[in-house]
Amino acid sequence: MQGLTGREGTFHARQAAAYGTTVVGGVTPGKGGTVHEGWPIFDTVHDAMRETGANATVIFVPPPFASDAIMEAADAGIPLAVCITEGIPVVDMLRALTFMEGKPMRLVGPNCPGVISAGKAKAGIIPGHICREGRIGIVSKSGTLTYEAIHQLTRVGMGQTTCIGIGGDPLIGTSFIDALRLFVGDPETDAVVMIGEIGGSAEEDAAAFIGRGFRKPVVGFIAGQTAPPGRRMGHAGAIIAGGKGTAAEKMAALGAAGVHVVKSPADMGAKMREVLG
Amino acid sequence: MKIHEYQAKSVLARFGVPVPRGEVAFSAVEAGEIARRLGGSVVVVKAQIHAGGRGKGGGVKLAKSPDEAEQVAKQMIGMTLVTHQTGPEGRTVSRVLIEEGLQIERELYVSVLVDRAAACPVVIASAAGGMDIEEVAAKEPQKILREYVDRGTGIIPFQARKLAFGMGLEGGAAQKLVKLLDGVYRAFIETDATLIEVNPLILTKGGDLLALDAKVSFDDNAVFRHPDLRELRDLGEEDPLEVEASKFSLNYIRLDGNIGCMVNGAGLAMATMDIIKLAGGEPANFLDVGGGANAEQIRNAFKILMSDKHVRAVLINIFGGILRCDVLAQGVIAAVTELGVPVPIVIRMEGTNVEEGKRMLKESGLNFTTADSMGEAAQTVVALAGAR
Repeated sequence: MQGLTGREGTFHARQAAAYGTTVVGGVTPGKGGTVHEGWPIFDTVHDAMRETGANATVIFVPPPFASDAIMEAADAGIPLAVCITEGIPVVDMLRALTFMEGKPMRLVGPNCPGVISAGKAKAGIIPGHICREGRIGIVSKSGTLTYEAIHQLTRVGMGQTTCIGIGGDPLIGTSFIDALRLFVGDPETDAVVMIGEIGGSAEEDAAAFIGRGFRKPVVGFIAGQTAPPGRRMGHAGAIIAGGKGTAAEKMAALGAAGVHVVKSPADMGAKMREVLG
Repeated sequence: MKIHEYQAKSVLARFGVPVPRGEVAFSAVEAGEIARRLGGSVVVVKAQIHAGGRGKGGGVKLAKSPDEAEQVAKQMIGMTLVTHQTGPEGRTVSRVLIEEGLQIERELYVSVLVDRAAACPVVIASAAGGMDIEEVAAKEPQKILREYVDRGTGIIPFQARKLAFGMGLEGGAAQKLVKLLDGVYRAFIETDATLIEVNPLILTKGGDLLALDAKVSFDDNAVFRHPDLRELRDLGEEDPLEVEASKFSLNYIRLDGNIGCMVNGAGLAMATMDIIKLAGGEPANFLDVGGGANAEQIRNAFKILMSDKHVRAVLINIFGGILRCDVLAQGVIAAVTELGVPVPIVIRMEGTNVEEGKRMLKESGLNFTTADSMGEAAQTVVALAGAR
């Protein structure tokens, strides 16, 4: 974990370990060689990988330094980085995504709650106790709305395989399509809940992908149906600009692709129950 | 963060982008003096507000003498300008830009922004300048030209030339566009802008290219490293409650309805607005208290929420992951006890320590209505808001 010695990092490292994740150590430049809460701390991601064999990193580094942390992880050759940090400047992410090109690292986020495999392990901050093992996948731009979906599914007796929060920023490492591709290849996932937001065209792109032959049922919800244009709704990416990125367009595109779109965020679980019978 | 046109032009000028000569005036007398200094047979008086469509609303006028400029400025400063972007309440004009008048040959359009899907900056250009570019894009998409920019190289001269020739510029003017776009692109990256739009970019009868109007917005997440740009913020253009909320790192946006909302997480906050509307109500605001809110944050959020006099009922919708429900309950009880909230409060909470939180609310003796699901919460709060 990069930034493990910070307040958030420490809290979530403990939570992740308690959920079953093998947390092997942390990276905090300048604190290499020390031990924090029983975990060894390294100065660089390279050192940490060499010494611990880590195959994933969760980034809790403050916004001004977070893109640096992402690029360091990519350079070290780690296969998976989950960046929780909210508030990274867009120009920094442009640079980081350019740097990552051609390197084998998958980045999830930034500004996301991360990934959880129900009952197994998590890389991020999704509360483990609301999840149940099952056969539904979740992919979402929003953190607490992911929790809401998990909760609703659990309530109607449907557990989850993997829940992926991809983040609400304009530039992110893993798109809806990337996540849906992973669900295609996962025999344990029978169906997917997809939660989008106003802004950008990622949902429309995902709709096109689903329309081209994604065979598992998808229940979809788009947040921000009542949002006024031109106002950024919390997430940096959640803004209707120039009449583009409205919830209505996204819902229509998903519906046309065969997604079971619900208007009310309270209906995600019930709709999945209905679809799978 | 949005800034005024005159500020946008001064930012662009720093990067070598040609702009008309002009200065901002806060009073009619100043406006007259500026017009005198500018000389020439005509000046333009432009109201400075953070909204487009000013011309149609009477916010852009020509003046043929310094005295006339003073007269026009006198009428404009203090007036309420209503455009299609301000909403019906309009904006009060507190400053005007006085600029030299120019002989316009052609009006063009250029802008730079980040293309999310391509994950790179894109320069957009069109020969149809001076118009609403979204309308052009919808009706005549072939008139919109795009060049995607490699982050490593910046905009390359051949890309700028393609745009220049595509817009019908020739020889010298095409060369001028190459230089101008280089400046606009560098300004975009170096100031952490989210949008730079020059509309219109004009070709004068003398063959010069100038940014006749300019719109620049900065990335709120990057303003921390530009103290000089932060100075350009005009709080007079923002909603006072939103300004207040931002001091407490609360994401608050005021809306037209009468149901106050307090939610953790931006997505859930939007979804809460949606479900209120589905239940037949109107949200009074968007408010995201964040994932790690504490009792103090909850108190601040309540203060902001209740400062909006339209609020008839409050819906609190919290999914406690990191934020524990007992901490939330404690914050809500403290805030309501201290502030004496005079409207019904519906609380829906779920997640960590929810039973403890519910027990605390019940035992507080305060008048809360609790709900077990989002749907139930929305219906309850809409009924309560309507009943009053």
